[in-house]
Amino acid sequence: MTAPVLLFFVLAALSVVFSLAVVFQRNPVHSAMALVVTLFLVAILFLTLDAPMVGILQILVYAGAIMVLFLFVIMLLNPEALERRRALWWGLGSIAGLLLVFEFADFLSDIPRQAAQGAAVGEGFGGPEQLAQSLFHDFVLPFEVASVLLLVAIVGAVVLAKREG
Amino acid sequence: MVPLDYYLFLSGVLFAIGVVGVVIRRNLIVILMSIELMLNAVNLTFIAFARSLGSMEGQVIVFFVMTVAAAEAVIGLAIIISIFRHRQTLDPQEMQLLRW
Repeated sequence: MTAPVLLFFVLAALSVVFSLAVVFQRNPVHSAMALVVTLFLVAILFLTLDAPMVGILQILVYAGAIMVLFLFVIMLLNPEALERRRALWWGLGSIAGLLLVFEFADFLSDIPRQAAQGAAVGEGFGGPEQLAQSLFHDFVLPFEVASVLLLVAIVGAVVLAKREG
Repeated sequence: MVPLDYYLFLSGVLFAIGVVGVVIRRNLIVILMSIELMLNAVNLTFIAFARSLGSMEGQVIVFFVMTVAAAEAVIGLAIIISIFRHRQTLDPQEMQLLRW
């Protein structure tokens, strides 16, 4: 087993463990912390896939900004400490998850092997320059739409969270 | 190099864990976190395919997915705050005013 494959398996195992912790921790703060770790691990996986810019954005935006927002809301609301476990929903959820995994496994076994090898990529693939080239040439309109979306989200959040009266 | 289907299987597993979280958790904030987990699994698929095909488009799409995820988290948390103000609970089972 070569070093990249070994690294992948370590990262994959850790990210599965921590995402299970997100779901099965009963305290929302612990869930949030496990989610931060999962996002970091996925960012490292992005780095192994020659996507350094997206990996860094993942850490800045997800693990930084969004998770701080989550923690702030948990702190602000301070919900009653632990939720009860309900056997029916646990059963249904576990069955749904297992079915999905088997579905994906079945689907993935059809992928031809030569598609799995990966194309040769040039110098600077996934760096800021190439990302910006693609973003501002082929995706200018979606980029502008995304900025409008963010503006709408800001206005909406302020209106929704504003105290009435 | 790590084969593409390893990454695809990992993101499938992460997505399934997110689905399980949405189904079994009874806390709106954790449900929103599970949705973030699912979005992240999809991002991993995009990045893996971008590397496999040697094209930047997948990475640009991930950039947009992150934008949408940020907007979704902000709006979702604002809705959660205003629901909590009215009902003093985060349990979606308690919010059944329109239930048949």
